[in-house]
Amino acid sequence: MNYPKVTKMIEGKKENSDVKTLLFEYPEKTHSGQFFMIWIPGVDEIPMSVSYITKNVKGITFRKVGDATKALFNLKEGDKIGIRGPYGNGFKFNGKKILFVGGGTGIAMMVSAVEQATKKNISATVILGAKSKKELFFEDRIKKCGAEVHITTDDGSQGHKGFATDLAEKLISKNKYDLVLTCGPEIMMKKLFEICGNIPFQASLERYMKCGIGICGQCTVGKGLRVCEEGPVFDGKTLKNIEDFGVFKRDAAGRKIRF
Amino acid sequence: MDEDAGSMERIFNCGAGAIVTKSIGLEPREGYPNPTVIELEHGILNAMGLPNPGIGEFGDELKKLKKSKIPIIGSIFGANSKEFVELAKKMQSYGADALELNMSCPHAKGYGLEIGSDTELVRKITSKVKEATEIPVFVKISPNLMNIADIAKSAEKGNADGIVAINTVKAMKIDLELKMPVLANKIGGYSGKAIKPIGVRCVYDIYKNVNIPVIGVGGITTGEDALEYIMAGASAIQIGSAIYYRNLDAFKKICDEIEIWMRDHGYKNISELVGVAHT
Repeated sequence: MNYPKVTKMIEGKKENSDVKTLLFEYPEKTHSGQFFMIWIPGVDEIPMSVSYITKNVKGITFRKVGDATKALFNLKEGDKIGIRGPYGNGFKFNGKKILFVGGGTGIAMMVSAVEQATKKNISATVILGAKSKKELFFEDRIKKCGAEVHITTDDGSQGHKGFATDLAEKLISKNKYDLVLTCGPEIMMKKLFEICGNIPFQASLERYMKCGIGICGQCTVGKGLRVCEEGPVFDGKTLKNIEDFGVFKRDAAGRKIRF
Repeated sequence: MDEDAGSMERIFNCGAGAIVTKSIGLEPREGYPNPTVIELEHGILNAMGLPNPGIGEFGDELKKLKKSKIPIIGSIFGANSKEFVELAKKMQSYGADALELNMSCPHAKGYGLEIGSDTELVRKITSKVKEATEIPVFVKISPNLMNIADIAKSAEKGNADGIVAINTVKAMKIDLELKMPVLANKIGGYSGKAIKPIGVRCVYDIYKNVNIPVIGVGGITTGEDALEYIMAGASAIQIGSAIYYRNLDAFKKICDEIEIWMRDHGYKNISELVGVAHT
């Protein structure tokens, strides 16, 4: 039943000054790219992609940006939150050689995808892009996966100076990938989609959500595709027909907000 | 669903005969914070708080749909007759084929049920909207009333072309672990399977008391549910929560089930069944 399960936060880990990972006991089978609706009692309920997956424990990783994430950031071990899900489809690892591109907070779910993929003996190349060294996180986790890792920062404070998409373009021109997976700012994903041309592509979209179970229509894109049900991961063929992709999202009132 | 052109088109292609839009007001409204929707044992509890982009921006969505020839029933909510009239005129100008006046949302202060429980207000608003527009006007009324038949009669006196019943049933869910209501708004409206008998009773009472068509809604999940409403007096039905229980093709499934039942029972025309439970 899609009713929040109230559980205690068992561990909180600060990844950098603004990013935190929370772990909680939640035995539901979860695939990378799927998300939970996280209820912070008295504050809000928000969708959050899974960033840490073991059999009994799951985690979310987020940057404090609004009231809900600030409240989550300040949560202490033992505090109660409500969780429902996992929802959505998640990534499909169709291929032997996959390029993963995570930008900003999108790194959070991308790293759990790389962990799952490398366990299946997929050859993974990863680009993690951030504004600066200060905003990077999960380098330790990604290094443990045995993936080929590239870091880009806008200001050059770590790794390659420039955008993740610039580096992706270089790598794609030199290597043959079966699939490109991405999560990050939509403008970045749109650019990457254009760079990829005919290479199979999957991107995880983020939209304001209310019900999370496909009835309220808050998160629809294109011809009524529900990000919570048919997404959040969409493949290239579908994205081609989503006019919203990289152009606009909708606020809580349903008004279009251009990226 | 039904807040944007894309989702309305998709629902129509899933077998709906017409689309009722999300209720639209004059100004953009974000609605209540989450949680706004939860599933309970026998239904769905929500307090969305009438989120909508405002009639101006919603007009762009409707204009996009005009080419598609999808019958659109524009649902509107206002705080008084002036607001209802302004919204109605705009909906009509954007190409809506009919109007539904939301006088029954159970959890929005100053709107919905707060207006729809006053017989004189219901009559006045309906008649003002009728005077100002040329398309059919339906009034959606609430089950959270003792005088539901009187409210329906008031809408009829105001020259409504039909009554839509019911909207959600006022309800609450308290979480035992947290000892607090789950919905951010605390109080919400209950829909889905659990409220079907309530809706059937309301439609039955309304049908007995008015001479205009009744549109039945509330917990219809199967063709049999729809037939029950039709026998109570409904000439058409609306579906919402069944999208959750049976996915988007609920519309087609329900239509197919109605047809199978009619064939098995020797009925050719559904109008033969409207209100038969009254004889």
